[in-house]
Amino acid sequence: MKPILLHPDDNVLVLAEPIHAGQTIEIDGQSLVAPGDVAVGHKIARRALAIGEKILKYGAPIGSMTAEAAVGAHVHMHNMKSDYIASHTRLATGEGQ
Amino acid sequence: MSIQGYLRADGRKGIRNVVAVAYLVECAHHVARTIVTRSDDPDVHLIGFPGCYPNAYALKVMQAIGTHPNIGGVLLISLGCESFNREALRAAIAASGRPVETLVIQESGGTAETIRKGAEAVARLKGVADQTPRVAMDVSELVIGTICGGSDGTSGITANPAVGRAFDRLGAAGAACVFEETGELVGCEKIMADRAITPELGEELEASVRKAEAYYTVMGYGSFAPGNAEGGLTTQEEKSMGAYSKSGSAPIVGILKPGDLPPTGGLYLLDVVPDGEVRFGFPNISDNAEIVELIACGAHLTLFTTGRGSVVGSAVSPVIKVCANPETYRKLSGDMDVDAGRIMEGRGTLDEVGDEIFDLVLSVAGGRRTVSEALGHQEFILTYKAFDPIGPACLPLRRAS
Repeated sequence: MKPILLHPDDNVLVLAEPIHAGQTIEIDGQSLVAPGDVAVGHKIARRALAIGEKILKYGAPIGSMTAEAAVGAHVHMHNMKSDYIASHTRLATGEGQ
Repeated sequence: MSIQGYLRADGRKGIRNVVAVAYLVECAHHVARTIVTRSDDPDVHLIGFPGCYPNAYALKVMQAIGTHPNIGGVLLISLGCESFNREALRAAIAASGRPVETLVIQESGGTAETIRKGAEAVARLKGVADQTPRVAMDVSELVIGTICGGSDGTSGITANPAVGRAFDRLGAAGAACVFEETGELVGCEKIMADRAITPELGEELEASVRKAEAYYTVMGYGSFAPGNAEGGLTTQEEKSMGAYSKSGSAPIVGILKPGDLPPTGGLYLLDVVPDGEVRFGFPNISDNAEIVELIACGAHLTLFTTGRGSVVGSAVSPVIKVCANPETYRKLSGDMDVDAGRIMEGRGTLDEVGDEIFDLVLSVAGGRRTVSEALGHQEFILTYKAFDPIGPACLPLRRAS
């Protein structure tokens, strides 16, 4: 399974199909074991990401990390946030993630 | 492919020949809806405004839609005591050469009698609309809107950039192409401003996004729904970058506000966020509010991209639905016109899907019914807003001409 790189500067990849924990995935030519389940359309780390690091997708900043992520890890609301307006979910409306 | 348009008395050309029944306050909604339902005609549509208080924006949008090129006649249904300026709306429609009739429920014998008279009025309006001459219509005479709804992590990779490809082709052929929702451009303002044909327009584009960010911050929510997060989008600016790709790569020639008509072909941003202090709540309470504003800017049809799976259509102007997510397409294929999610699975390219959308625009303009039209979707919603007129830097081409 090879996730999509949208722009050469990006530090996240997008899944064209879901991945399951333990499955082999390929990132920049290197094979590794997927650390968890991630759904289609979601992002995973292209390389290890530090707290406060800007996330680049389409070559543009889309927010920053609030927790570390290992290569291949799911990058989403549990470890990154908007640099503009807080996002909300059905369970936590307006709380900011 | 030749398009046979409906030539209106004011010279504009439409791709549909709709008789609209418009309620001017919620109290007249039932009567208007019953007239539409009993007509059992796919080209008789319900539109309206629910509020009893006056609103200049609502009047402007209703005038723009009542004189839209897809409209062949209008029946106004008033309760009688509401504030909506039915005389001004009727005058604008009449001045465009379209047939218009008004029924005031309080003076027409109440519900049952107004429904009966309304059915007769619709038959008369249809009779006039049916006489509308058909003439050849060029791509350059089309106004095309685009919107996304139920976006997810696939939207910005498949459907949105595919619509961008179609927009580039339509704009190059001389059509006016309109993208919108400045709240979904937060984070893209700098790269968008670089595409403006003048520096002053670039400043206006950035200012429109700053206004949206400030407005949404007061409201406490970005233009970001829970389904966006479930679909893999994490932040407003990530959603924005995906939404922004619907605009394609052409230069941006102007900014419109709801009810403004694009004066030339080319790519326009529709600024949908109200001006002034936050007064009437969320700028666009749901996707159809944006579609109505695109139609008020003259959109003959709208390209609607969706990842999670919207099913809506619209009154007045057809909606072409472009599905971004291959899993959604398999679940909702009966609601979709274009399967852009196949790009995710290597069964097509952005250029191929962009060409498919372009071709479908021409055939829908030529009379082919979209999936949502065939299913009877005719959503319409209009709420309170307030806008200042656009500034002099917003339409450089009109200034130059």
